[in-house]
Amino acid sequence: MSDEVDIPEVTHESGSGVPIEGNDIDTDQIIPARFMKVVTFDGLGEFAFFDLRFDDDDNQKEHPFNEERYQDSSVMVVNSNFGCGSSREHAPQALMRWGIDAIIGESFAEIFAGNCLALGIPTVTADSETIQELQAWVDENPNEEIDVDIEAETVTYGGETIDVTVDDAQRKALVDGIWDTTALMKSNAGEVQKKAEELPYVDDSTASS
Amino acid sequence: MSEGTLYDKVWDRHKVTTLPTGQDQLFVGLHLIHEVTSPQAFGMLEERDLEVAYPELTHATVDHIVPTSDQSRPYEEDSAEEMMSELEQNVRDAGIDFSDPNSGDQGIVHVIGPEQGLTQPGKTIVCGDSHTSTHGAFGALAFGIGTSQIRDVLATGTLAFEKQKVRKIEITGELSDGVEAKDVILEIISRLGTEGGVGYVYEYAGEAIESLGMEGRMSICNMSIEGGARAGYVNPDETTYEWLEQTDHFQENPEKFEELKPYWESIASDDDAEYDDVVTIDGSELEPVVTWGTTPGQGIGISEEIPAPEDLPADKADTAERAQEHMRVEPGETMEGYDIDVAFLGSCTNARLPDLRRGAEIVEGRQVDDDVRALVVPGSQRVQETAEAEGLKDIYEEAGFEWRNAGCSMCLGMNEDQLEGDEACASSSNRNFVGRQGSKDGRTVLMNPRMVAAAAITGEVTDVRELKEVNLA
Repeated sequence: MSDEVDIPEVTHESGSGVPIEGNDIDTDQIIPARFMKVVTFDGLGEFAFFDLRFDDDDNQKEHPFNEERYQDSSVMVVNSNFGCGSSREHAPQALMRWGIDAIIGESFAEIFAGNCLALGIPTVTADSETIQELQAWVDENPNEEIDVDIEAETVTYGGETIDVTVDDAQRKALVDGIWDTTALMKSNAGEVQKKAEELPYVDDSTASS
Repeated sequence: MSEGTLYDKVWDRHKVTTLPTGQDQLFVGLHLIHEVTSPQAFGMLEERDLEVAYPELTHATVDHIVPTSDQSRPYEEDSAEEMMSELEQNVRDAGIDFSDPNSGDQGIVHVIGPEQGLTQPGKTIVCGDSHTSTHGAFGALAFGIGTSQIRDVLATGTLAFEKQKVRKIEITGELSDGVEAKDVILEIISRLGTEGGVGYVYEYAGEAIESLGMEGRMSICNMSIEGGARAGYVNPDETTYEWLEQTDHFQENPEKFEELKPYWESIASDDDAEYDDVVTIDGSELEPVVTWGTTPGQGIGISEEIPAPEDLPADKADTAERAQEHMRVEPGETMEGYDIDVAFLGSCTNARLPDLRRGAEIVEGRQVDDDVRALVVPGSQRVQETAEAEGLKDIYEEAGFEWRNAGCSMCLGMNEDQLEGDEACASSSNRNFVGRQGSKDGRTVLMNPRMVAAAAITGEVTDVRELKEVNLA
């Protein structure tokens, strides 16, 4: 293996929707801490929203992720401050492994949005009213496609196209296929080393390595 | 001309280049890692055949899964043992310093960094942990990152990041007796909201902040993220330098202290720095703050009434209603008298020495309520050792508290320390999210350490200022 990783350009994401209603849905809700006692992200998908989906006896509760009609959905529609709290990348990893490719919401917690970007998952925003309309539409049209155009900053559903916002850096990173930054940043290793040498607190041994 | 805020200056000193995305590539001065969020990143490095670029700027500890009772190896829980072994292997292979439990230096990552003098003003500090904002108390630029970003930092020593705005939060006046740093930050979050800080870094300033010791400043910066701000900081001052001077790092290298001090002084915000927003709060008006809901923003003064959802802004009403149902509280009530089953004094917010000392002053000569299970979990082995030498362990144990070993413990219930069923917990930690403390029906009330101690004694949420014969000064 080498550090040349193929990074796909993410210009569009299309699929049917799944509405997850509620503000301040934290990453402990998205993936409870007890499922993080693992050393890989494999298999996290089935634990997404676990405590909201199952009771103490593992019986299903009412939750969109349990509903048959949303099982093939890939575009999640959420409200405000989604993904707040813990920085655990396990949260977007679990959603991605459940089948989510894109998230449309009122607003996102910063670390969560950054973690999504690192996985190539767009987090696009629109105002509260627009989101609620979209959630209602998804509820009525669970099998209909939603198209998220990251480059044009639009979402098309039910024959209608609406404007959404994609953070500039996120849009550029996704559209140009540079959202996985490891190789890109590694190519600047010389400048990084120079920076290390300039900083007064970095030991000379490091600075000269 | 003004060079701006600490944030501007530290950013500029660490900026390597601007990436094609428009993000800046920032040099990372200290990368802290722990067992929960780093193993996958090491796995990614291996897949890509990459090595750790700056192991000497990386430091590891174990905190989330470590048992706080029996720490003999192998750990009783297989998954915990596996995570620990993985971390041991990774740090050994990469040559990364590890404050493991045998070192006597182990503890919560946000306690040990400052303790050892790794955390310094003007450094960029990252960790796969949202409470990394804690280190901002020293005038560092510190923030939590995800695992793919850990991979980036391990592989390159840098991170792709967008510059944010700065909001200065000025706490004027003097805090009254019984009011602590924890109350200040809970008040800030309840006023500005859990997403009020999204897009911002918080600069905490003002008389009430300046008069706090480093531990109090850490409690405040720690919870910046609960207000949506990924980072928060306090400008370094004499209090900061005094702390640094007595750490191992500078005791061993006193010349370094003198050498670096001018740098530290140079990165403090200029008096005429411009801020994107300024918020002022009169600290003298604050009282102990407790949460009534399931987000850290749902806090009120101990004498204040729980708000009716319909009186809140429309976007907060729904969350409030669900929170009140979960917590089983009614609008119009105060939180005083709310029955408590568990008292947890611990976490990266409030498990440092002064926290444990203040709690001990409350419990000394008293008994934990018969219906309460109370535990003290020191933030680090060093905190534990000093506290034990001072006799704090004895005070707590005589009162009926369990005295544990260092770790994150019941803040997030990743080890055996968890709430059971619908237990209500008076907690000095940072998050009251549903399920956070290990039981999805558990109920968490956030408060300062003395309030936790008081609740343990009375069995209910109690205004510590009203306990008799208590010296709060």
